[in-house]
Amino acid sequence: MIPAIVVFLYLAAVLYIGIFAFRRARGREEAEDYFLASRSLGPFVFLFSLFGTNMTAFAILGSSGHAFSNGIVTFGLMASASGLVIPLTIFLIGTRVWALGKKYGFMTPVQMFRDRWECTHIGTVIFVVQAAMLVPYIIIGIMGGGTTLSTISGGTVPFWFGGAIVAMVVMSYVFFGGMRGTAWVNTFQTILFLCFGAIALIVIGYGMGGFRSAAQAMQGAPALAPLLTRERISPYYFFSYTFIPLSAIAFPHILIFCLTARKITQFRKTVIFYPICILAIWLPCVFLGVMANNRANDIPQIKDKQEARRVLATQGRTMEPEQRDQLRDQAAGDDVIMLLLQRYAPLWLAGLLGAGIMAAVMASDSQILALSTMFTEDVFAFYGGKTRFGESVQVQTGRIFIILITLFAYIVALQAPETIFELAIQYAFSGFASLSPLLIGALFWRGSTKWGALAVTVWTASAVVAVAVFQSVVPAPAPGPATVLWSVGGTEVLARTPGGTAVFGFMPVVPMVLVSALLMIVVSLATRKPAASTIAKYFGGDRS
Amino acid sequence: MKRILLVVAVVALYVLHQDIWFWRSSYLVFGFIPIGLFYHAMFSFAAALLMWLLVTFAWPSHLEREVEEAEREEDRAP
Repeated sequence: MIPAIVVFLYLAAVLYIGIFAFRRARGREEAEDYFLASRSLGPFVFLFSLFGTNMTAFAILGSSGHAFSNGIVTFGLMASASGLVIPLTIFLIGTRVWALGKKYGFMTPVQMFRDRWECTHIGTVIFVVQAAMLVPYIIIGIMGGGTTLSTISGGTVPFWFGGAIVAMVVMSYVFFGGMRGTAWVNTFQTILFLCFGAIALIVIGYGMGGFRSAAQAMQGAPALAPLLTRERISPYYFFSYTFIPLSAIAFPHILIFCLTARKITQFRKTVIFYPICILAIWLPCVFLGVMANNRANDIPQIKDKQEARRVLATQGRTMEPEQRDQLRDQAAGDDVIMLLLQRYAPLWLAGLLGAGIMAAVMASDSQILALSTMFTEDVFAFYGGKTRFGESVQVQTGRIFIILITLFAYIVALQAPETIFELAIQYAFSGFASLSPLLIGALFWRGSTKWGALAVTVWTASAVVAVAVFQSVVPAPAPGPATVLWSVGGTEVLARTPGGTAVFGFMPVVPMVLVSALLMIVVSLATRKPAASTIAKYFGGDRS
Repeated sequence: MKRILLVVAVVALYVLHQDIWFWRSSYLVFGFIPIGLFYHAMFSFAAALLMWLLVTFAWPSHLEREVEEAEREEDRAP
């Protein structure tokens, strides 16, 4: 129970920070102050809050769980690829969006798109698609919160109640503190979970009697040795994952965070230290997730997971899809890091580390705030609400929206059967990566048009729905060869894999991004450009 | 020339991410870190170094000037 008490104290501290931010902002019921902290974040808070907002439940729970099942490949798939692509996109796109926000007062990406392409309702379509894909991200946070509290309390706090507590705390400090509260809490949380990895590694390593014997034992065990390599993953699949981090800059909450910097120089440290921050969190989690496979004798739950994995691999082909799904749930490793902590860390430290996990889990605050900002700016204010009712009512509308969206996400989180990692990757990440040509077109290509933007958005929404429908209609096969649904001349075009979908052997994100880029080019070339004055506003030159 | 070199460095690092040469190796660096994991940890440091090069040699300082100019114009407006 001690770990659970430490976690509850942590939740109280987070709540206090949010309310402190609310007091600081009292009397300033302006949209720019509530939603963007008056574009005044300093370098330290900007670095940690921007990084923290991108680290959700899967950074700790999902990464270690994925590594437990798939081995070291997890780090190369998501962490090192993100360490290259995300800071690069912040450097190229984030800085430009910041400058445009400062010059023209934009508070959301859709405001910029509407201005850049002289469009109205197409902007609304982009808003709807962005909002629909952002909700799963919020659900992940609540699911992670429920899992964490339930495991840390040894089952005393049930999943539904843990999720409810996390949802309530996040909702409260976002509701009161707005962007300032969210940024401060994120900074506090990021420092916590940056410390988490190193402490967890040392404590668990000490408890296990060092990693050397565990790693060498795995190397010598035929069933576990592949987890130290990448032989179970195809190079196509590995390559596909480098497209996923394109989603980061296309996520509205990241782009909105880019608008909060006081000066452009604050991007410098963020860009340079981003890969190191990712390394600091992911490397220990992935390593511990892999090493957990050697602890079956110490931790019965890990033995059960491995048994479920073995049955799935050997008998999965002859089972009903429902039975396979049940075994997959049993084999999933989202809680292995907490099982290791419970076994090897002293109680009070397990609590502190549990708080570190909660910090990562609760990163859904920025998504909730971003959705609220988008709704009030892109819909409420755009369709006349701000003019009619004033800025104070706009802020209150944003707050009501925060309550509604959190409630909705909580209800869905109770129903969702997928593991944290799968849910995030399959829907939100691929979809936002596919929207990235919108930003590249708007900022770097004079010739892009609103019709090109619409084509990208409609394609993205259709592709995400198509993948979701495909995966729900065609059950996932047992581990091993994929189920090929369509092949041409011996080439596999479409296949259902144990982990998702493959198109020509690649993850769907690859064709989604490439087709998006192609549509932006072809449709823009065939349609009318915005006025010369608008293009000049963004690229310089003659405004007449 | 500086920009071309930086673009080449970005592309080269992207290619180096696909380290098929360590795909099936379970060799343990220092006796406990799998080589594939160690390589990608080093890759992250290389990415940070590349970001430092970009920030140092290709910083978009024109954006800052544009913003300052726009703010001055706004201040001057009646």
